[in-house]
Amino acid sequence: MSDLTNLTVAEIRDGVAAGTFSAREVATAFNAEVEVGRKLNAYIVETPEKALEAADVADAVRKSGDLKPLSGVPLGMKDLFCTEGVQSTAASHILEGFTPTYESTVSARLWDAGAGMLGKLNLDQFAMGSSNETSYFGNVVSPWRDASGKDLAPGGSSGGSSAAISARLCPAATGTDTGGSIRQPAAFTGISGIKPTYGRCSRWGIVAFASSLDQAGSMARTVKDNAILLEAMAGFDPKDATSLDAPVPQWEAGLSSDLKGKTVGIPKEYRPDGLNPEIEALWDKGIAWLKDAGAEVVEVSLPHTQYALPTYYIIAPAEASSNLARYDGVRYGLRDLPDGAGLQDMYAATRAAGFGDEVKRRIMIGTYVLSAGFYDAYYTQACKVRALIARDFEAAWEKCDLLLTPTAPSAAFALGEKQADPLAMYLNDVFTVPASLAGLPAMSVPGGLDSAGLPLGLQIIGKALDEQGVLNASLALEERAGFTARPEKWW
Amino acid sequence: MTESTYRIQGATGDWEVVIGLEVHAQVMSEAKLFSGAATAFGAEPNTQVSLVDAAMPGMLPVPNAECIRQAVRTGMAINAQINKWSRFDRKNYFYADLPQGYQISQLYYPLVGEGEIEISLDDKNPEAEVKTIGIERIHVEQDAGKLMHDQHPTRSYVDLNRSGVALMEIVSRPDMRSPAEAGAYLSKLRTILRYVGSCDGNMDQGSMRADVNVSVRKPGEELGTRTETKNVNSVRFVMQAIEHEANRQVDVLESGGKIVQETRLFDPDTGSTRSMRSKEDAHDYRYFPDPDLLPLELEDAFLEECRASLPELPDAKRHRYENDLGLSPYNAGVLTAEAETARWFEVLLSESAAKQGKPEADVAKAAANWMLSELFGALNKLGKGLDDSPVSPQAGAELLALVGDGTISGSIAKQVLEKMLETGDGAEAIVEREGLKQTSDTGAIEAAVAKVLADNADKVEQYKGGKEALFGFFVGQTMKAMQGKANPKVVNELLKKALG
Repeated sequence: MSDLTNLTVAEIRDGVAAGTFSAREVATAFNAEVEVGRKLNAYIVETPEKALEAADVADAVRKSGDLKPLSGVPLGMKDLFCTEGVQSTAASHILEGFTPTYESTVSARLWDAGAGMLGKLNLDQFAMGSSNETSYFGNVVSPWRDASGKDLAPGGSSGGSSAAISARLCPAATGTDTGGSIRQPAAFTGISGIKPTYGRCSRWGIVAFASSLDQAGSMARTVKDNAILLEAMAGFDPKDATSLDAPVPQWEAGLSSDLKGKTVGIPKEYRPDGLNPEIEALWDKGIAWLKDAGAEVVEVSLPHTQYALPTYYIIAPAEASSNLARYDGVRYGLRDLPDGAGLQDMYAATRAAGFGDEVKRRIMIGTYVLSAGFYDAYYTQACKVRALIARDFEAAWEKCDLLLTPTAPSAAFALGEKQADPLAMYLNDVFTVPASLAGLPAMSVPGGLDSAGLPLGLQIIGKALDEQGVLNASLALEERAGFTARPEKWW
Repeated sequence: MTESTYRIQGATGDWEVVIGLEVHAQVMSEAKLFSGAATAFGAEPNTQVSLVDAAMPGMLPVPNAECIRQAVRTGMAINAQINKWSRFDRKNYFYADLPQGYQISQLYYPLVGEGEIEISLDDKNPEAEVKTIGIERIHVEQDAGKLMHDQHPTRSYVDLNRSGVALMEIVSRPDMRSPAEAGAYLSKLRTILRYVGSCDGNMDQGSMRADVNVSVRKPGEELGTRTETKNVNSVRFVMQAIEHEANRQVDVLESGGKIVQETRLFDPDTGSTRSMRSKEDAHDYRYFPDPDLLPLELEDAFLEECRASLPELPDAKRHRYENDLGLSPYNAGVLTAEAETARWFEVLLSESAAKQGKPEADVAKAAANWMLSELFGALNKLGKGLDDSPVSPQAGAELLALVGDGTISGSIAKQVLEKMLETGDGAEAIVEREGLKQTSDTGAIEAAVAKVLADNADKVEQYKGGKEALFGFFVGQTMKAMQGKANPKVVNELLKKALG
């Protein structure tokens, strides 16, 4: 039955519906792989009983024909989503042991659609990081290896999700993307992931990093699986004031890789001097694939691209510094109360012990850019540049419907390689951050392997609310790339 | 407009006091500003707390339209500009009663802009001395929770019931020049809030509290450095705090010192203020737009509904009472000072008019006089107010109708009111039971007059000798003989006739 873990979401759904196999068999197979895959450290909490429970429901209703869109499909849940009765930590010490009494809107929608939970997936602490090395629960190890044999980064922050999908520890998973946290790990591990338009998925019940950027999305091995998952996750939520009150299209039914009549823009600013030639070569292949699918390809300019990264690293930490103030040891989570300590001492001790270095670094940056005397120079200025970046995209849409770029400037790097240099780490987000700042839907699909045998991703960026366009172009790339590589099982 | 002559006499001459108030008024609403939790006062600790109020991970604020509506209506009631586009900002600081680690407020783009309130400085004649106090803005924000230090020998407890409750911060211009003006402003503001129904104005329950900004200067000079005395919770305390703080500042300045811009606390026990923190220790609140919330954009239909829902406001009501009902400015002022008083009066008035078959204007004076002197006096003796008055406005109208049609005299009406308060019975029933009906039976009165004059032949002589003041004595004796039930008009006529 080991083949079951190699099935896609669509195949599991259809197989369960057809009675080819039972949902329990699928859940059991994945539960076993989760156990075997512990060396990858992809899961913080395993919930095999929840996967089985949902599977049994699916098997029970199958005959009556009451199957739901995700009946029988077990999923991994990024541990940034609060899950009722299951520890939810954001991979932090300060929330270690925290068990919510509530279920995030997105996870609740998935369970309502019939999916089951295999466990809570590891991530960079509070989703801050691009390598998964900032998790309090230890870094995730990518299932991929190059000739060096070194442990590689699965990307971040949704590195538990990417590693688990790639290693077949789950067929699909949730992710969240603030500056590239779905797309970059997807690229590093040879899977697909989509960050929808800001506001498509409710943020209610997701531990906040940067509210104006955070957006939940799906990660899976195929474009179609992403369409299926996202359809279940998205939708208006009155509990989130930034949620979009727009109908959710039937993305799976609307999938088409025929791009005739579509124009794809190639932003020239995404081709800086010194761009990795293998990335550049893949990008050129991507252009050819889209042309082959019927699209017209034009060069466009997004002139403020170079300011996106610094803008992001002002706005995201500013919001984070405020969003993370609630972790103070007063009501829940870690409390460090030294002998004879007062309130201020408790705050200091709790937050010193509860937050990792990267989280502290961003809280300090954020506090600094919001403080009196610096606010206008940093925060206000960043907000203005953000508006200009959004306007760049608006201008580009005059000439094209979609954009094609690389997802990340390199393939996966070795764990530890960039940890000492935060700026080098931040550069990982250079191609993903602009779409985040503009709130646009964007997706990464695997394009091929580099010379070291590691996956590389291509990114499609679309207009607001045009997830269908993004999915379709991604599908066109997927069909032509014919990416079938998977990591060899060494764990 | 009246210029204040209030001055503090210092050793170096007269000082003028400049006052501005920031009033925090709790919005009357079933639910909190950004969560569905209830807002009842005095509930068991931590029983009115939602996941949002406790700032659990992943929780998000969603604006409560009713709170916004109440703030807009309040703005309209002070003739303020309503900003159709406003925004929420976060004010960041750490404290155990602030679960989010920030308060959601409106610094940069408040909901309500410039408005004004007219205050009266002469109770006897509200029209005589009026002054307009400018309002700079009203913004809405969240309240914090409450720390309890008396529950445990070494620990403090937190009650989050108030956490997230909607407040309006109503910021005045520094337009007040005396404690009396500040007191009048605060009272007037409270009256308006209660009329509008946007705040219950109960300062003793903390639903309205004032931060008092005070500075002093020599008349005509530039503004001095101000201090801010926080959370003063009664009109009297606000006036005390200003008086104390202004005198303290004069003392400091005259002894060669400088006023430090600082936050101060008022001590109700001593009536004095003391320093809490200076500007140097002031927090850097790192205000920035709340990214969990979209800007607040108000539609015209919403604004129209807000305006249509406003009741007649105190100034308009007072003018109407004077002009249309013919009440004295004083009576009109007292009757409109509290929404509840005006409401009571208006029921009394309409019932009286209906019972007597007369226009309201014809019965208004009698109703106002009776309510303000007889009823208030009687309630005062009982230690009661209108809200727990044993006599309803309908019952009052019944009594007034008996006086109006001559069934009983004014003095009998006093007795009847006492009985009404005592027994809760209606005026008609009491008059019937006690046989208090006034008589105009000339035969009976003539007999009584004849007897009084016969019994007081000496006084009759004196009266006829020119001591006309004795007429009242004869009236009194006749009324006494009639047990108060004689129609005074008839008594007068018959006495005059008998005395020739």
